[in-house]
This record gives sequence, C-alpha cells and structure tokens, in this order.
Amino acid sequence: MSSDLDVFVGNTTLIDEEVYRLWLDGHSVAEAVARRLRGGVLEREGTSVAVLQSDTRDHYRTFQMLERLLHAPPRLLQQLLFQIPPERQALLIQRYYAFDEALARELLGKKLSKGTKKELDEVSARTGVGIRSCRRQFDNFKRVFKAVEELRGPLAENIQQLFLLPPALARDYAAIVFFANSRFETGKRRLQFLSFADFAACAQSLMGHWSQGALAPEAAEPDGDLPKSFLQDLKELKVLVADKDLLDQHKSLVCSALRGKISVHNELEANFKALSRALVNVGGKLTHARDVRDFFVDLVEKVIEPCRSDKWSPGDLRLFLTHYTAAPRNLPGFRHQALWERYMAAISACLLRMYHD
Amino acid sequence: MGTMRTVPDFSVVRSGHEVQIPEQVSVPWQGLHRAVSRAPTIPGPAPAGRGGAAPRMRSGAAAAPRHRRGGAAAAAPAGAAGGGGGRRGRKKMPGKLKVKIVAGRHLPVMDRASDLTDAFVEVKFGNTTFKTDVYPKSLNPQWNSEWFKFEVDDEELQDEPLQITVLDHDTYSANDAIGKVYIDIDPLLYSEAATVISGWFPIYDTIHGIRGEINVVVKVDLFNDLNRFRQSSCGVKFFCTTSIPKCYRAVVIHGFVEELVVNEDPEYQWIDRIRTPRASNEARQRLISLMSGELQRKIGLKVLEMRGNAVVGYLQCFDLEGESGLVVRAIGTACTLDKLSNTSAFLPACNSPSKEMKEIPFNEDPNPNTYSSGPSTPLKNQTYSFSPSKSYSRQSSSSDTDLSLTPKTGMGSGSAGKEGGPFKTLLRQQTQSALEQRGGSPRRFCTRREFPFFTLTTFPPGFLLHVGGVVSARSVKLLDRIHNPAFVGIMGNTRSYKLLDWNSFNSDEPETRDAWWAEIRQEIKSHAKALGCHAVVGYSESTSICEEVCILSASGTAAVLNPRFLQDGTMEGCLEQRLSWQPGFFSIGSEKGEVDFFPQSQDSSSLLGIEEASPPGCGFCHIPYDELNMPFPAHLTYCYNCRKQKVPDVLFTTIDLPVEAIVVGKGCLIQARLCRLKKKAQAEANATSISNLLPFMEYEVHTQLMNKLKLRGMNALFGLRIQITVGENMLMGLASATGVYLAALPTPGGIQIAGKTPNDGTYEQHISHMQKKINDTIAKNKELYEINPPELPEEIIGSPIPEPRQRSRLLRSQSESSDEVTELDLSHGKKDAFVLEIDDTDAMEDVHSLLTDVPPPSGFYSCNTEIMPGINNWTPEIQMFTAVRVSRLSNINPTNQTLNKNFNDLCENLLKSLYFKLRSMVPCCLCHVNFTVALPEDELVQIAVTAVAITYDKNQALQANKAPTEKSQQRASTDNEEQLQFPLELCSDPLSSQPFSPAKEVLEGASSHTGIPAAQRATSVDYSSFADRCNSWIELIKLKAQTIRRGSIKTTTSLEKASPLAEGYLRHRSVPSCTNSTVSVVKMTPLSFLPGAKITKYLGIINMFFIRETTSLREEGGVSGFLHAFIAEVFAMVRAHVAALGGNAVVSYIMKQCVFMENPNKNQAQCLINVSGDAVIFVRESELEMLPVQPSAAAPQHTSSAGDVTT
Repeated sequence: MSSDLDVFVGNTTLIDEEVYRLWLDGHSVAEAVARRLRGGVLEREGTSVAVLQSDTRDHYRTFQMLERLLHAPPRLLQQLLFQIPPERQALLIQRYYAFDEALARELLGKKLSKGTKKELDEVSARTGVGIRSCRRQFDNFKRVFKAVEELRGPLAENIQQLFLLPPALARDYAAIVFFANSRFETGKRRLQFLSFADFAACAQSLMGHWSQGALAPEAAEPDGDLPKSFLQDLKELKVLVADKDLLDQHKSLVCSALRGKISVHNELEANFKALSRALVNVGGKLTHARDVRDFFVDLVEKVIEPCRSDKWSPGDLRLFLTHYTAAPRNLPGFRHQALWERYMAAISACLLRMYHD
Repeated sequence: MGTMRTVPDFSVVRSGHEVQIPEQVSVPWQGLHRAVSRAPTIPGPAPAGRGGAAPRMRSGAAAAPRHRRGGAAAAAPAGAAGGGGGRRGRKKMPGKLKVKIVAGRHLPVMDRASDLTDAFVEVKFGNTTFKTDVYPKSLNPQWNSEWFKFEVDDEELQDEPLQITVLDHDTYSANDAIGKVYIDIDPLLYSEAATVISGWFPIYDTIHGIRGEINVVVKVDLFNDLNRFRQSSCGVKFFCTTSIPKCYRAVVIHGFVEELVVNEDPEYQWIDRIRTPRASNEARQRLISLMSGELQRKIGLKVLEMRGNAVVGYLQCFDLEGESGLVVRAIGTACTLDKLSNTSAFLPACNSPSKEMKEIPFNEDPNPNTYSSGPSTPLKNQTYSFSPSKSYSRQSSSSDTDLSLTPKTGMGSGSAGKEGGPFKTLLRQQTQSALEQRGGSPRRFCTRREFPFFTLTTFPPGFLLHVGGVVSARSVKLLDRIHNPAFVGIMGNTRSYKLLDWNSFNSDEPETRDAWWAEIRQEIKSHAKALGCHAVVGYSESTSICEEVCILSASGTAAVLNPRFLQDGTMEGCLEQRLSWQPGFFSIGSEKGEVDFFPQSQDSSSLLGIEEASPPGCGFCHIPYDELNMPFPAHLTYCYNCRKQKVPDVLFTTIDLPVEAIVVGKGCLIQARLCRLKKKAQAEANATSISNLLPFMEYEVHTQLMNKLKLRGMNALFGLRIQITVGENMLMGLASATGVYLAALPTPGGIQIAGKTPNDGTYEQHISHMQKKINDTIAKNKELYEINPPELPEEIIGSPIPEPRQRSRLLRSQSESSDEVTELDLSHGKKDAFVLEIDDTDAMEDVHSLLTDVPPPSGFYSCNTEIMPGINNWTPEIQMFTAVRVSRLSNINPTNQTLNKNFNDLCENLLKSLYFKLRSMVPCCLCHVNFTVALPEDELVQIAVTAVAITYDKNQALQANKAPTEKSQQRASTDNEEQLQFPLELCSDPLSSQPFSPAKEVLEGASSHTGIPAAQRATSVDYSSFADRCNSWIELIKLKAQTIRRGSIKTTTSLEKASPLAEGYLRHRSVPSCTNSTVSVVKMTPLSFLPGAKITKYLGIINMFFIRETTSLREEGGVSGFLHAFIAEVFAMVRAHVAALGGNAVVSYIMKQCVFMENPNKNQAQCLINVSGDAVIFVRESELEMLPVQPSAAAPQHTSSAGDVTT
C-alpha cells in the first residue's frame, strides 16, 4: 500500500528548522531522511521511517514553494499563501541568505557570471559545500548583486531593505557585491591566509571611508563603485614619495615620534621609504581597473610581508600607521591633508585587519 | 425526453408511491434503513415527479414561466411562486453595490518582451460590467478607480457573487485573463455584520493558482428602513457553528430548515467539449456560487416564515452526480437570535399584533391529532410500540408496515406543501393541514409537522432532558440520467446559470432528490420515536456517490428536550410564541406528548418533576424510552450518579459532550474502520449488492466501536460519525467518535475471548495469551486516560478486569438472581463482558486489529468533538491543518482482511504522521479530528483529515484537579451561561436554578442506594443505539456469537471532575507577538471557539468553492505538489476574505469536499474543494481584561479594536 499523494497543510505553515537546514544544504529527500534518522528522531519520537519520509517530503514541498518568495523577501512578508509568524519569516530569510564563508571566500572578486557558476563543481569539491547549496548561494550573491548594482546610497542599507537581512549579513553581502564589482584579486596564493571575514572588513573600511556615500549620502554613484574623482585625486598624494624633502621630513617625523615606542624601530628606519612608497603608490594606481585588481596583492606583497619578515607586532603596525597618517599635517607644503587622511583611514584599517598569520 | 426511463401517466401519481413501497428493500435495523430503489422503483418517484413536480420544484426560484409539465395543474402556479415568488409579493428591496478597485501587486509577467503587464480590471455583478483603465507596464498597478455602482435588487444581492477579473491588455490580440476574485457580498447584507469588505484578495486562476493580489473595497447601500430589511431574507444570519454563537442568545430555537437546488453540471454539458478547461472550471465555480446563494436565500425565506432571524448549524453540501447533475443542498436550525448587547431588540417584534393573530389558531388548533402523538388510538400504539414480534414482522414484509410510521403517501405531498406557493404565506401548520385535505389521506395521525431535527450539537445546560441514542438511516439510490437537449439553448444567455430555466425543464430531478431525503428524514424521525424521543439533535446528512449509485445517509441523536424548560420561559412573551411557531418540535415536546411516551412509567404522574430534580450531570443519560417496552434489548441500571433513574450501560451519540456531563478521566478518539469488497456491477445489480452489504458493514462497524470502547474502559461515545463510502469494487466504512467514561453509566465490563475448541491445549494457551493482552491493554488504557472511578466499598470485584472464568461464574450466579431485567432481555443473556468468540480467522483478525490501534504518543490526546473531555486549561496556541492522503491498495487479489488491514494502517499511519508533525506543540490535543474517506478510483483510497491542535497547560491541569469541586462546578455554571449565551430567563427556571450541585446529589444518591443488591443494578453491554430489530441482527448474532454478560459493578461519585471547557477558564499564555507583519493573521479552527479568546462579532458565513486544474502535473511537483499548493491557496483565499471583512479568525471551519482526480498519463489533475466557516472577530482575553467594562457585556463594543488584532 503505497501513498501516491500525501500532503499536510497547516493554517500556520510548519517550519522544521532541522529539515530546512538539510534542504538548504542541498540534500535530497532520501539523504535528509537518512540524516534525520542518524539524528535519532525515530527513537525520540517513537515513529516510523514512513512518517519521517512523509514529513520530510511535506517540508521540502513547502520550501520549494517558499523559495520563489524567498528570492524577493519583501514578498514573503506580503504574500497571502503561507501564514508564517514574523519571527519564522525572519528565520527563513536569514537562513536562506546565510552562506558558507569558505564558498564566499572562493568567489570573492569573481565575476558572478554563468562561467563562474560552471566552476562551482570545483569550488564545491574544495570547500566541501554541497553543489546544490553552492549553486543556491551563488544565485543569492548574483541576485543581490543585480538588485543593488544600480542603486544609489549605502550598499549595506540597500541590501538590508531589499532583502530584509540582519545588518551583519547585509554588510557581508555588501562586501561580496563590492568585491564582485571592483573585481579585486583575492585568489593569489599569497592572499590565501586572508579569510572572508578579513576581506569583508576591508571592503567595509574601503566603502566606509572612500565611497561617496561616506561623504554625501545623496551621492550619485552607487557605493559599490569607488568614486572616480576620489581615485583621480589620489594621484596628488604621490608627492609624499616623489618629493625627496617631503619623504625625508615625513620619515624623521614618524621615526622620532615612534622612538622607544615600538620594538622594530631600526627596521622602521631602514624600510620607511620603501613602505611609504608602497602605501602611497597603491592609491595612485587605483584609477586603472587592472591595478585596482591588485590592490590587496600589493598591500600584502609590499607592506604586510616586509613587516612580517621584520617581525613587526600588530601593535607596532598600528602605532606606525597612526603616526604615519598624522605626520603629514606638520609637513610644510603638503596641502592634501584631508584627502590623505581619508585615504589612509581605509588603508590602515585594511592593513591592521590583514596583518595576521 | 426520450431518454427518460419512463413516461408514465401522471394520473397514477398516488399509486406510484404506493407501488414503490413494497418494492423497496427496507431493512430497518435499529436506526438503519436501507432502501434500494430498484429498476421498477425508479420510475416510481419519477411519475410522482412528473405529476407532482411543479408544486415541489425546489430550485424553480422566482417565476417559472416555462413549466412544461403542468401535471398537477392545481399546484403548478404555486410551485412557480415557491421560492422567490412568495417574496415577489412583497416589495423588492433595492440596493446599491459599490465597488472600488484600488491596486494590484505581484502580478505575473504577461508580456515576455517587457517582463511587465498592462493590467486592467473588469468588475461584474449580474449582467452589469465595469472596467478600470489600463495601468500600463507594471506588476504593481495602482488603478485607484472610481466607485463602480450596481443598482440591484436583494435577490440578486443574495444569489450573485461579485466577480472581479484582472486582465492583461493586449492591443493586437484578445486580452489575457490573469485571474479572478469572487466575493460573496452576503455578509454586507446583515445589519450587524460587516459594513465594508476591503482588503487584498488573491487573484485566482483555475489553471495557474494564485497570481498576485488585488486590493478591493466593496460596500452595499440598502434603500430601506430597518423593519423592511428584517422582512427580507437578506437579514437572516447564517452560522456554520453548531451551537448558539458566542455573542448571541437564542430567544427561540425554531427547528429544522432544509432546501436543495439542482442544476446540470457545466462539466458535463455539450459546450464543455468546445471550451477551455479554464472556462469550464469558471462556469462551474460561478454556478455553484450562484446555487449556494440561491439556496441560502431560500433557506432564509423559510426562516423568516418561521419568524426566525438566523440559521445555526448551517451545513451545505454538493453532490456531484456527474451526468445526472449537480445538487446543492443544505440543512440547518432556524433560530431567533438576539445579540447580547441589545436584549430588548426582539421583544417588540414578537409581540406585534400581526403575529399574535396568527398564533391564535395555532394554539387552539381544533385538530389535536396533528399534535399529539398520544398512544390512545390503537393505530398509534402500533406506531410507537416496538415489541420484538412487531419489529420482526416488519422487515419480513418490508417497509409497508412502515406506513404506520412513515406514510410514504403523505411524504411526497408533504414536502410539496412546504413549497406550495399559495400556502406560502400561510402558517406552516395550516399549509400542512390543507395538504392533508388535498391528499385525502385518512392517516392523519402521522405527523405532518416539520422534522423535529436540530443540526446543533451543543445545547444549554438542561436543554437536553434525555438522550436516547444514535439514529441513522441510509438509502441506496440510482441516479437518474438526464439527457435533455432542450435546455441547452438557454445556457447561452448571460444568466444562463440561473437555474430556474434549466430546472423548469427537468422538474422531476429536484423532486426526486427531495423525496429521497424526505423519506430518510421520516425514517430518522420514526427511529427517534421508537426510542421514545421526540427530537433528533446533532443531525446531519451526507451522500456518497460512485458512478450512478448514491448512498444517502442521515444520522442524529434521538433526544427528549425539556418542554418545561421551554414553557417556563414563556413568561416572556416571545417564548410562548415560539411554542406555537414550531409545531414539529414543541407540540411533540408538550407535556401531553411527553406523558404519552411514558404511560407505564411508575411515576408518570410526577415524571416531569423527577426529571427536573435529577442532577444535570447525569439527567441526559437517563433513558427516554419506556423500560417495560423497550425498542431494543438493552440492559438498564440505576444511574450511577443520582440512583434514581435508569440508564443504559452504553450510550452512543452524535452530539458534543454536554457541558454539564460528569466525566471520569479523559476522552479519546475511537475509530472503526472497515472495507468490504463488492463485485463490479451495473445499476440495479450494483445497488442491490451494496444494500446487501450495508447491514453487515453497519454491524461490524458497530461491533468494532463497541470493542474499542471497552478496550479503553469507557462507556459512551460522543460525536459519532459513520461514513460509508462507495467505490467501484468496494465499500468502506469509517466511524469516528470520542469515547468517554460517563460517571452516570456503569463501568464497562472487559472483553473476554472464547475459543471454539476449548479442549485443544495449545489453542487454549493461545486464547489465554490473547486474553492477557487484551486485559493488559484495558488496564493500560485506563491508566492512560485516567479512568479510575471510585469504587464502592462493598464492591466484591476488586480488580477492573477480573480473571475471566472466576468473573463469569460469579456474575452468572448474580444474573440468575436478577429478575427485574431479565424479562426484558430478549436476546443475549445477562453477562457482563463482550465475549469474542474466535471461531474463524475472521474473528482472529478482528481481535488482532483491536490491538493494533496505538495510543497517541505521550503529550497527545485526540478527540473528534469540540472539547476534549477532561482537559480544561487550553492555552491559546492553535494549529488547524488539513492532511490528504491517497493510497493505492496494491493487492492483486484483495480480500476483505487485507483490505481492512491496509485501510487500518492507512488511518493509523496518518494519525501517527499528524502526531509527529505536531510534536512541537506537546502537550496538546487534536480536537475535532474529522476524517473523510473517498474512493476516487479502483484501488485508490483518499483520506482527508481536518483538525486543530490546541496546546494546554499540563501543570495547571493538576491544580484544577485539586480545586474544590464546588468551585469548579460554580465556574462551570457561569461558564456555561456565558458560553451558550442562553437567555437568563430560561436559566432561571427551577431546573437550572440548582443544577450545579451534583456533588451533593451524588453523595446523597450514593448513601441511599448503596444497599441496592448488585443484581438490580445488573448491566449489560449492548447496542443501546444500534440494537437491532431484524433478522439480520439475529443471524449476525449467531454468526458472531456476541454474548453479553453483566458487568462488574462500580459506582462513581462525580466528585472527581466535572470539567467542561469554558472560555472563562482558559489561561492565557502569552504568545510571542508578531509586530511587523504586513499581513494580518487570520486564525482558522474547526471549533466554534478560540481558546483564550472571546468572539466579539460574527461577520458572516464563509462558503467557498474552488476548482484547480493542471495540465503540467509533473512540473508542479506531481499530485502532492499540486494538491499541497491548492490547499494552501484555499486557506489563503479564506483568510483573505476574512481579513477583508475585518475579521481575524474563522471558526467552525470545515472542508466539506475535496474531490481529487488525476490522469498521470496526460500529466493532468483536477481538484475541487469546498470549505465553509464563520468569519469572526475575536479579542484575546488578556486584552479584554485590560478594558474597563465587563467582558460579556462589553464584548460587542470592542469589535473595532479587535479588527487589527494580530498574534
């Protein structure tokens, strides 16, 4: 006696968190049932495998019907088909848009295109995230990207409004969108030590300090793009390394300020010019898309790795960056103090975040 | 016409009926009646239809100008006036319907190129259509239209739904329909219900499902003063709820109303071959909507005639008869309800001179025969006496002996009279006597009254005097095929679905259906009388159709209602009126009639006095029939509660547990499940084989119920519902009920197994093993359901299930000494326990299947009544659900045993699955568990379950148990009043002034009666409700060796708990409140109440019918995906309508039909769902407490604030 048709519909839609998790992870009904069995639900509830199968199928159907709505979360709140308590709706959305950081790390800076989607098999193998789940997450990234691509104003807030995500998750999506938009290189071997969280933090700093929204909320350009005029202006900062006098004065100001305060003072004195050149040039290159891609590579290669080989402590780096940023205020003839500080605020934040093993 | 089976001369109308009767195979079997209309019989009703059709034509609504068969010439014009005609005499009540289309959202993309839609809306009512502008290129159009105004009359308002169609404008081709919304504007027609319908409605398409939403505002202006308004059927309120709605009180309960309308099913019309499935589905939806409206309006008219203003317990059903048509029928209980806030509103009306004038002839009716059912005439004795010989003789000569009970001759014309136009404005009673004269029937003793039936299942305390038991009747009919091309042309015009036209061509059709039901009702009525009862409560009707065979079923609970109770109320003017207005109910209930039923009763002089003295906790259990002349063999004992009256040992009813009932422990859901194979056959042969199977099925269903009841150590069933479903090659029976232990009834004996070959050692061992298992189960169940009635100290038998042999010996000796009961005992001994004799594999199966029922997991209880006996501390969390399963019975050579097992497993697994799904709600109770079985195809069984899970507070239950009885009793009484909302005047009569002190009564009773010898209290297990009076019974008894022994004697003091659920008693547990939801939450429940909340306003009835079809079944997730989505859509549409009415809940929700058909080969499926319920506004009790006014008094005023309550 087989059940051809077997449905259960509640006036309030039942959401089983465990089954939702299994569904999100891309398990088939059979796999989900097997996993639930391993979880010992049978013993706890004294029920049968058939009941478990029926229950799992019901939930899966519900989720499949809900998925369409989850693609536009505000619709989930407005729709009349499923009566779901708000806290459950929030949970559904949050879980649906939650992602595996390992996967996000892999995809950071990649173009969210069909080509990338085809490579998900490898990504899945590398990260251990199920392929179906990978695709869903990829589609989420892409959907969010498409939705906010053209929108003005702060990226994270736009995402939060359109997808009703919790603020932290919205910020992460903003980072993903930011990376996808600017196509930063993140896959190089020397960048492997950086986690998604590191990059997300960097993206936030960059957007927070550099984007137009940071200065004028009604800015014309989306937050995902760094403002062209700003990047153009950054070329002006080259004077700090190009002008020999300025560079020497800058060095003496910083070194004297840090004397006795950092353990790596000698190394600082030896490397100051190289460091300063690296820090200033990173910004100077950003007008070319090709060079933008290398932003993080440059930071790591030219700042972090030398410091690390000189055994700078994070505290040393922090002190150095503080003084390095502040010093030009006292440099005669340097007129770009505001631009400099805006630039260095983001760079410092990124470096400090990235400076770990 | 050529296809009609016969075209007899209408002059033989009378004889047509007479002839029909002997040909019916009628096997009355304690409340059962099966009549197969065999081939020759079918023309029987048909000629009657021909001749008598016109006057009785049900669905001939307004004018019926096209009556072609003026057979019964005299009455033909009368019939024409039947429905609307009567009202046509009155002035029409015009009204203005105003509709505004505000906006749409989430529309589907209709233009692939732009990914957008150019939407506009057509608003149609009757023949008038308005259109909005096209809102270009948007999926969220903002039409913000003007007010579209329809000037219409009230009949249209009641019949027609407002039809809103959303379309996509297309410059070059036809506009594409996106979907539709049907809005029933009936709720706007009651003065107290909703004033505006405003909100987002899902746009529904029968092929694509919900496609976006539309925001609509609807208002109705009625151009008349309130008085005239009240005269119109428009003012009649409808309630699905089968009790007096919460914020009303019943001034008068008038009684039974019924109506049916018939039409051809659009799905089977010729035009269906050339139109799209969508057009077909929409035609059907619209037709059924129209038919429902018409039906409701007609019932409304009947109610107005009875001077009522409401229908409670309104149950409307569709019979999809396929090619022979579509029947929409409804039953209900007419009432005069009074809103609790304005008690005086009704009084002036009922004291109006015009009404009094009409009353007078009634009260002083010169023809007492019409009223009294006094047994003084020999004829009547015949009618009411059920001596065994009499009953046995009955079935031998088939149902013509029935004439004395149910004169079929009168039947036809009786029902004709109801619709008879000239009489329409007259009093019903006058109508009936007029008809009697016309019919010239000399047998006027037979009651020509309305059926004294009540679709209510809950009554105010004291209202039910006695409950006799379940009465039911079934009848197997062959559906007449109608091919009448003549009417097809009419379908073309715009109001084609207005059924009148069609029906005038097929007038025999409604007539036949009418007569069928009338016959069954008559049967029910006579069964009730046989039980000494004058009324039937908890009455319901159903059908099961397979191809051209139809089983009609009706069942209810025979009861004696309290005439004194009612008469005492007549201090109030309108109650007197009530008595005269409802002959069917009250005249039988008059003291005269009452005494007639108890002529031999020792204390007949003070009979009524005794009734009133008996404590309410047990009064309803006392037998209504005459113990010396019992209608069936039953064993009686003195009531274990009051010790004054006799009670049966087992009580079966279709009603909810009366609130005042004293129950021990908790209740539980009990189901009997049964399959019987049947040969595939055609027409008459098929009907005959079905009717031959029915008695066996009824018997086995009953046996199963009884066994399972005993297995749980309980002694009464409430809410019993037996469905017999007919399929191509099998019959299925499913009975559901809630078992309880009534303190007033004796403790049930155990179940004893007896082997056929007692000498065989291993066999003996096996038997004793089985016996042990059964005994263990009983003991376990008693623990589980907390059934521990206190035992009397002198109780000899200590253990609940004594060792069988010892017990039987003991009891036998006792039984010998008992002489009081033995005389009455006609069949099976005075033994206590059921003896299951395992004489064949069948019986073995039975025993096994008994033990397969698994109790619900801990933390779960289930029942099919509204209230779970023994649980009284509900918390507000509820979850209503519908589950549907279709299973294939895969056996190649199925036998009854394997089928039974399959069916049993299917039901058990379904229940298990429900428990698992709802495990997060534990501790909770599944209430109102309603199973519906259908056999859509060969080997396919469909089960649909709708129920509600309600959480309760476990800890508080303990406290409640410890609470002093007195207090809880008090609480119960106040709660009852509140809950039932019956007039205080009624409750202040002597009966109810002291009803809630059973504790004292019981103690007295116990002390004064403990001396009674056990023998006198001898009990027996028996079919108190189904006991048989026919041969088949005896044969079956022989077959099954059903033996009955006296039960172990136990008395129960009722101190334990009388714990009626009542709102006031509920503890509110705060539920996480949802704050930011954009969609207001609408609760749905099959119950008439919401735990922890107070219903403050009824907004109108919800009665919706949807069809969904797909031609891409696989793509939609197969059958499960398709139906899952559809049910969710139905819920969504119900909620949207309720929310638009300003409501926040649907109570008494029921899914009446779920017809699913699939054709996997074609990748197609279709489903029809019909749901109904009452839209209400409720307010959480916690919120009420914050309000300064007292809840009960203030309730109606809080409605506005309640509209936006969300949870």
